[in-house]
Amino acid sequence: MLNTKLKVGDKIFFSGTIYTARDQAHKRLAEALKKGQRLPIDLKGAIIYYCGPTKTPKGKIIGSCGPTTSSRMDEFTPILLKAGLAGMIGKGARSQEVIRAIKKYKAVYFLTYAGCGALLAKYVKKAKPVAYKDLGPEAIYQLEVRDFPLIVGIDARGNSVYKGASTKIK
Amino acid sequence: MRIISARKIRDTVSDLCLEANLFLRKDVLTALRVAYSKERNKRAQEILQAIIKNALIAKREKLAICQDTGLPCVFVEIGENVQISGGLKRAINQGVELGYEKGSFRDSIIKDPLSRGNPGYQPAIIHIDIVKGNKIKLTVLPRGFGCENKAQLRMFKPTASITQVKEFIVQAVRDAGPDACPPYVVGVGIGGTADYACFLAKKALLHGTRYSAHRTKLERDLLREINQLNIGPMGLGGETTALAVNIETQPTHIAGLPVCVNISCHALRSASEII
Repeated sequence: MLNTKLKVGDKIFFSGTIYTARDQAHKRLAEALKKGQRLPIDLKGAIIYYCGPTKTPKGKIIGSCGPTTSSRMDEFTPILLKAGLAGMIGKGARSQEVIRAIKKYKAVYFLTYAGCGALLAKYVKKAKPVAYKDLGPEAIYQLEVRDFPLIVGIDARGNSVYKGASTKIK
Repeated sequence: MRIISARKIRDTVSDLCLEANLFLRKDVLTALRVAYSKERNKRAQEILQAIIKNALIAKREKLAICQDTGLPCVFVEIGENVQISGGLKRAINQGVELGYEKGSFRDSIIKDPLSRGNPGYQPAIIHIDIVKGNKIKLTVLPRGFGCENKAQLRMFKPTASITQVKEFIVQAVRDAGPDACPPYVVGVGIGGTADYACFLAKKALLHGTRYSAHRTKLERDLLREINQLNIGPMGLGGETTALAVNIETQPTHIAGLPVCVNISCHALRSASEII
């Protein structure tokens, strides 16, 4: 859908559905895929947001909900992309293996404002836990977002926004 | 001998947890504003603006500045002439639990580092020091792990040069790269033992970020070097890679030179109170 037109460094405002998932949820999703089990969410065309929100304060839709460090998910990412994952939202650099998989499956890796969980909560219009609820903040939440600010970190051609700065970053 | 009740300590810790997580430290906010006014990279400016806006929204809406409300580190300075009625550590952990619950903060602490398990709010990491006087100073520093994960310790030879020490510190920031929410505040502990250097690096984050005459040459030189790395806010380039470098030192052994770097993200949160 959105993938092939987007270029590294582009800033967009996304409206639609995204799923939160971080370390433990990734571990479970990847294990389920390896065992050929059914996943609790449909990954085809889905966007995963590396985020573990705070608890939801009374009267709010969601608590603070900024991105967590993406590289911790790197070892699980290629298998999720193979299963149809279309996009990821997080912060920071990705491994070469992930960049190759993004290119191969024509996916996109987005960045969003890191350390700005209160600001980002404003763009979330609906939130409900849909899987792995026992994981608490690491459960998978389905979020409906409107005008969620994203910067293309790695595009479907495998170009990374960190190339300039990151040749020095290693 | 002055008696301070455990209940008073509990309630103070609870308030400090809320204050630290909801209201960005004034010195940090000022440093961000100064960085914004000086930054020439457009994207970096835009991100700094979002970070400042985030702090204002957090304050107004009583939402945590960052969803990672951290592993709370509590520094306690107890006056020699103070007697505490009740259990100190228990009071601190109860205070953390209370404050975090009130703020609807994230339960990020798992009981066993290996078997993991379901997360909760405590125990906090508690550092206790005995000082002169009849008061207690409590400081809460919630440590998000995006940046705590980037801490580095090196045991240098005692003959190592200052240049080598500086290179290690700058490299630690380069290693953190875009991952740990730059612009950073870089805490450095030099001397003592391995564990004590790590403690000092953490404690250094409690210092103000403001430029002042008290800044050592080493701190100023390091800040200049780090800001030439072009990591910038969110790692997307710019002159603002760090807001400050804070160094704490301690006498050490003739055979060693421990150096620890503990990096904080831009959401450097802490709150103190003296009772």
